[in-house]
Amino acid sequence: MNTIQTTTDEVLRIAADHFKVPREQLTPDDDFFKKFGINSLQALELLTRIEQHFKIELPDYELQGVSDFRTLAERIQSRL
Amino acid sequence: MNSFQGKTLSWRVADGAIELSLHREPCNEIGLETLGELEQFVTALGSLQRDAHALIISSARTEGFCAGADLRELHRLVQPLRTADRLAGVHAFLERIHGVMNALDAAPLTTIAAVHGVTFGGGFELALVCDLIITDKMTRFCFPELRLGLIPGFGGIPRLKRDLGNAVVRDLLLTGRSINAAKAQSVGLVSQVVAEGDALRVARATAAQLKKFDRNTAAAAKHFIKPIPYEELRREIELFSDLFTRPAVEEGLRKFVESTDALPYLP
Repeated sequence: MNTIQTTTDEVLRIAADHFKVPREQLTPDDDFFKKFGINSLQALELLTRIEQHFKIELPDYELQGVSDFRTLAERIQSRL
Repeated sequence: MNSFQGKTLSWRVADGAIELSLHREPCNEIGLETLGELEQFVTALGSLQRDAHALIISSARTEGFCAGADLRELHRLVQPLRTADRLAGVHAFLERIHGVMNALDAAPLTTIAAVHGVTFGGGFELALVCDLIITDKMTRFCFPELRLGLIPGFGGIPRLKRDLGNAVVRDLLLTGRSINAAKAQSVGLVSQVVAEGDALRVARATAAQLKKFDRNTAAAAKHFIKPIPYEELRREIELFSDLFTRPAVEEGLRKFVESTDALPYLP
């Protein structure tokens, strides 16, 4: 059973792998749009990686207004 | 002509399969130029299919298969026009794109969409005309048209309804959410999910398998199992045209064109 802590850690690791940045450079409160300078298509790629990893469906409208890893992890946690 | 290199797409015949590849920046948005070249392809298809048993449609753009209609061009072209002229222009475009989609749908070849990445709106509709959809695992499918005050206009709803249950169609249409490749396979939309970057290779392998069969039998089987919903497609054009003149559409298009939102493609 994932805790919010482990979910957040896994999200940070997935993002670091996907955007090829060192994991230690990321914190739960980082704004991933600013941190990675990503566009909408790259955000969708991250969403797809997350859905594959956690084996969940996360409708993209659930992510509107979400820009930090902590809130993203909370959205994921509610579907685990 | 057995090969063609256009501004938005190219085609060639290789190992008995026609390969149509989209390559317009940024993500194969379908505007007038793409439409014109698709019409050229459909015209050429009559002679191309004499040397081929399969058609593979794919994208050479890394961003994805196709992000749908070129909304920026649509906004630019219709904005200065009076309502009646806007409607006439959009209706003419729809008639032309439906002509292309219907011709591809009815082609007496086995058609394969090899998709990856963004497969949205008109791009999703282009994939839906094909007999088989082979997707890489990073693909996302979406009908975001409701955010513009519209419905999909390139034949999407009747063709999605032909292939899937009505509840799935309603979910995709009414929420405008995107779904990933695994979900698309679980609802019966796609036939194979493959590794990233591998869709075209698998499509070619599938086309090679199809070559073993008698093409007339394959064409007869396709004709038997895949009716083209012409009446619903006509109604879709009329409904789209009715909706198009409403102020909500102009507002939706303007918002899209002016958007600095980090997620402009999402509903």
